Amino acid sequence: MKLTGSDIIVRTLIEQGVDVVFGYPGGQVIHIYDSLYKYQSELKHVLTAHEQGASHAADGYARATGKVGVCIATSGPGATNLVTGIATAYLDSVPMVAITGNVPNSVIGTDGFQEIDITGITLPITKHNYFVSSIEDLADTIRDAFKLAASGRPGPVLIDVPKDVQTATYDYEPHAPVIPEEKQAAKELRIQQAAETINAAQKPFIYFGGGLVSGNAQAELLELAEKIDAPLGCSMMGISGVPTDHPRFLGMQGMHGHYACSTAMHHADTIIALGARFNDRVTGNRAKFAKNAKIVHIDIDGAELNKTVNSAHGLRGDMKLTLQRLLPLIEKVERPDWQAHIDELRAREAAGQDKRDGMTPTNVINKLNTYLKPNTPVATDVGQHQCWAAQYVKFQQTRRFITSGGLGTMGFGMGAAMGAQMGTGERTVLITGDGSFGMNLNELATAVANKVPLVILLLNNGVLGMVRQWQTLFFQKHYSNTMLDARQTDFVKLAEAFGADASRALTLEELDAALEKAFSCDGPYLIDCAIDKDEFVLPMLPPGGSMDDIIVKVGD
Amino acid sequence: MKRFTVAILVNNQLGVVNRVTSMFRRRQFNIHSLTVSETETMDFSRITIQSEGDDVVKQQLINQLYKLPDVSSVKELDAREAVTRELMLIKMRNSPESRGEIKSAIEAFEGKILDYTKESLTIQMVGDIQKIDNFVNLMKDYEILEICRTGVVSLERGASVIRHVTQL
Repeated sequence: MKLTGSDIIVRTLIEQGVDVVFGYPGGQVIHIYDSLYKYQSELKHVLTAHEQGASHAADGYARATGKVGVCIATSGPGATNLVTGIATAYLDSVPMVAITGNVPNSVIGTDGFQEIDITGITLPITKHNYFVSSIEDLADTIRDAFKLAASGRPGPVLIDVPKDVQTATYDYEPHAPVIPEEKQAAKELRIQQAAETINAAQKPFIYFGGGLVSGNAQAELLELAEKIDAPLGCSMMGISGVPTDHPRFLGMQGMHGHYACSTAMHHADTIIALGARFNDRVTGNRAKFAKNAKIVHIDIDGAELNKTVNSAHGLRGDMKLTLQRLLPLIEKVERPDWQAHIDELRAREAAGQDKRDGMTPTNVINKLNTYLKPNTPVATDVGQHQCWAAQYVKFQQTRRFITSGGLGTMGFGMGAAMGAQMGTGERTVLITGDGSFGMNLNELATAVANKVPLVILLLNNGVLGMVRQWQTLFFQKHYSNTMLDARQTDFVKLAEAFGADASRALTLEELDAALEKAFSCDGPYLIDCAIDKDEFVLPMLPPGGSMDDIIVKVGD
Repeated sequence: MKRFTVAILVNNQLGVVNRVTSMFRRRQFNIHSLTVSETETMDFSRITIQSEGDDVVKQQLINQLYKLPDVSSVKELDAREAVTRELMLIKMRNSPESRGEIKSAIEAFEGKILDYTKESLTIQMVGDIQKIDNFVNLMKDYEILEICRTGVVSLERGASVIRHVTQL
């Protein structure tokens, strides 16, 4: 059948199983929006307040569901507004397809109105991108993009479609949804060599990241941990990969990781790294990182092997398949001495825990925990609140922690939380801070318009807390531009102005009452939760430091 | 630091060189020379690069190349198992004092004079990098006006082709 390019775009999205797209109309996508109007019963479009919100929503949708998230923006500023969201997805390996309109082919290269070279701009932050200069290639390009976004190490793909391609007509035949590239286990010989090293380990430690989550290898991970009697730790991206309360799980590793976890990794003689990439927030000073440990590194992306730290064994392959091949080669052992050491570390961590009363970050998040269902997605923005969420929120199901780990995008939360909500159908929590929330709070309008059941827990300390924490510790308390006290924002009134319900919590009792209301509200509910500005995220490995430099407590 | 040569087959598509060089720039790989050319098929272009670094850098460069969807195959070409050539044009000041010595150098290096005027000599030199570097060093004793080098092209010895190399 003959269809216009814009119809082909929408029909191909439907054919690929897309149920919702996030976007914002404009001059060079007006035809796509006409097609969205035409096919609105088959494909839902969510209008965001800003294209950045649309990109984060597509990202949050993809993180929570594992499916490809889709966003649409017009040319020029619409396209550039997607850039932060695309980069966020790229750094965290999130499958996404971004579609942008552009000026007609005849105008390309002449600096036409709202013309921008978005394929050039997004070259280093996409797995790949396409400029579709002719309608013959349109449907197959979209299919290729979906395949590429979901294959191997997932990531964002951008498709730029000039306006004349949207208005041209061409034959269209529906296809079946594309199937990602076939998954492959690592090479047998490498698996055998890795198994020998693992079997020879005395103090093994398993460190997993986002690749474990996207590789759906939770069961294999836990079986491996049982077999070799090893503790588990994760990177920021690994959180919710195993239930927080799992007896072997020590929590997050790295700059703001749990003490027992970071220390156990430091003491290990063998580190088995699964779908994690030894980012500088994890290793600290690379020269001093795990000096005495042999590293077995499994990743779907061969370029991650030996990128930042040298491993004894680098295995490139699908996580689940590789672990399935590895497991039969692993001997079952018990390590009472190593476990006793881990228990000692746990006890030391417990003894150092914050036991103060009142609105401390620990108490606030623990209060929230009592309201969470096993499948509640919890999104965050970026900063202190994000680290507290990573440290204290209790997860039971995988793909439920929605956070910008690699790029660290303040302003990620509102869009991402809405995307996660729409993908899962579950009431979603956003833990944010007054700094981050200020960046994309316009998306409250979207949450209200779509009656998104969203609990916004705003940890309001009146400062840009994470930078201020560094200024306190490393810059002689020179609070350069981190004090927000001159701002007079009343977040409760602000939420109400957007049409959302809200309340303020100055005590844990008020917080409890607010959460009660928030978790039974039809739409978004904001809780302005007062936190002291001198609350720190601890422990902290100073940037470039090692485990010897860990800060556990801050004196006055 | 070791020099190495890598041959890359890429889809013959608009902007593909930009994708490859953009990755090199972003990840700070140091590229000494880069050539792009047509190949035996319309489907692929061939990029040959010369770079420098230890084995970890080399492996990382190859791994990162494989991540680009337009890259079809990548192979390091070992100097001993490949034939490698570069072409240089070099323009020298032509003066009665230097003319004789330059001409005997050209003869010894099997070069060719492509253009001869009263003021200048333009010489074509073909060979491996070492030979061309040596010739340039020799010419530094005289007045060099301009140099233009093509960068390295390289093929494996024997019948093997890189088209079907798959990632390890």
